[in-house]
Amino acid sequence: MTAADFSILLPEVLLALFSMTVLLLGVYGGQDRLASLVNTLCVAALLLAALLIGMGEGAARSAFGEMFLDDAFARFAKVVLLLAAAAVLLMSRPYMERRGLLRFEYPVLVVLAVVGMMVMVSAGDLMVLYMGLELQSLALYVVASLRRDSLRSTEAGLKYFVLGALSSGLLLFGASLIYGFSGTTLFSGILSAAGEERLPPGLLIGLVLMMSGLAFKVSAVPFHMWTPDVYEGSPSAVTAFFATAPKVAAMALLARLLFEAFGAAGADWSQVLALLSVASMFVGALAAIGQRDIKRLMAYSSIAHMGFALMGLAAGSALGVQAMLVYMAIYVTMNIGTFAFILSMERDGRAVSDISSLHMLSRGAPLKALAMLVLLFSLAGVPPLVGFFGKFYVLKAALEAGLGWLALAGVIASVIGAFYYLRLVYFMYFGQEGEGLDRAMAPAQRALLLGAAAAMLLGVINLFGVDGAAATAALALVE
Amino acid sequence: MIGIEHYLTLAAGLFVIGVFGLFLNRKNVIIILMSIELMLLAVNINLVAFSSFLGDLVGQVFTMFILTVAAAEAAIGLAILVSFFRNRGTIDVEDVNVMKG
Repeated sequence: MTAADFSILLPEVLLALFSMTVLLLGVYGGQDRLASLVNTLCVAALLLAALLIGMGEGAARSAFGEMFLDDAFARFAKVVLLLAAAAVLLMSRPYMERRGLLRFEYPVLVVLAVVGMMVMVSAGDLMVLYMGLELQSLALYVVASLRRDSLRSTEAGLKYFVLGALSSGLLLFGASLIYGFSGTTLFSGILSAAGEERLPPGLLIGLVLMMSGLAFKVSAVPFHMWTPDVYEGSPSAVTAFFATAPKVAAMALLARLLFEAFGAAGADWSQVLALLSVASMFVGALAAIGQRDIKRLMAYSSIAHMGFALMGLAAGSALGVQAMLVYMAIYVTMNIGTFAFILSMERDGRAVSDISSLHMLSRGAPLKALAMLVLLFSLAGVPPLVGFFGKFYVLKAALEAGLGWLALAGVIASVIGAFYYLRLVYFMYFGQEGEGLDRAMAPAQRALLLGAAAAMLLGVINLFGVDGAAATAALALVE
Repeated sequence: MIGIEHYLTLAAGLFVIGVFGLFLNRKNVIIILMSIELMLLAVNINLVAFSSFLGDLVGQVFTMFILTVAAAEAAIGLAILVSFFRNRGTIDVEDVNVMKG
């Protein structure tokens, strides 16, 4: 029985063992001399795990008495976050090398965080949820302050730690109430305790506390305060990681908790999610307008995008979950392309992140500027590109669930949000004469930037089949 | 007779003190770490009380996990605080302000 359980857990166990082996290798193999080898090994391991999980067919399985679930939903989320983490490691290596930041701890911590995320998306029990979440968070606190001789990086780490610990506290208090009032920590058991029409008050308070804890992790307004500072202060490579994989994992975990444990009480949480979604979309769109730093701008952009993804969840249907998954996959692809560009932003060999350095980029580097144009249009949701289809799916799900006002608010927010993306495009093509950026770009970053931009164009044909996989995943979650 | 409601009130009170300690404290980051610890321990009281009330061991197992993770969390928090202190020369909450927000 235990052997069968562990075979279901195999990818997580192997990745955890791998990360510890690599850690030993780094420690005994002369510290940072092996850093780039460690980085390559970690990318390979993440890709291999993605392949293993992506190829694995078959019905939903569960291990350890339904504490750990392995279904189509978990597999979809795992493949997305493993690929995102591998891409981030790949493009951060040249950046770290140039800044003298390439330490072997960074890829190891990223792999450990990914193991935590994989446990999160497979959680079928409050304890498993908490352990996965903490494994992810503890690794992320450390990578945020990776540059330990920099005031900004350590301050970002400190802020992230304090607010992250607060959110874990809220989540745990909610979990303890849910345990007390339903008598079990298993998601499937909570559902039967909440079988009546209305949730008992204890469970409702627990649910709201857990949702606010998770809203911190997906940086939904009003729990978004840490996002801009942490994005700005952390080294850009770490910011790229924050903007991609953890968001997917936290969103998938939120969906898992709401549908698996509280599916029967959809009316109770749908309104809360709708409010979070509206607030995130508008704050993200309006606050980004005044930003001068491209990393802060991307922070507000990610807040707005999380608002859209939450709209899919608020719909409370299989279509909504599918829309959320498609949206997250597209969001991650766009962000990887954009951050590949941000990581390459240098002037005279020094990293810059001011948006004024984008002036007349099209003259110095026409191909880069074109790729960024496609990505920014896609982020804004301009129709022919893939980013539009993400928004379209979400809006359709909201409309079909009778949340017309939410869909309308989403359209208005995306029009406001388009302003700051288009302003960047304006700078690149019609800006003033400025100092400009260095033209050099590492091959890995160039490949990811162009690849992401090409995906935004080519994906229009059939979205690479992502929507079909997401539909299967959503049906696994919402029967 | 002390019933479950007394434990729950105590835990809720401690939790709220922890949350307020986090936000109202303007002096020292160490106090923030103490507040976080207080919040987690309040949750533990909750879980143990429920566990005893329900006659179900799961709550106590959960408590063990939380205690372990809280120790790891405190260690990481202190480590980050030390490297922040090396750069800034102070750990006053008001001085954690290089970036706006």
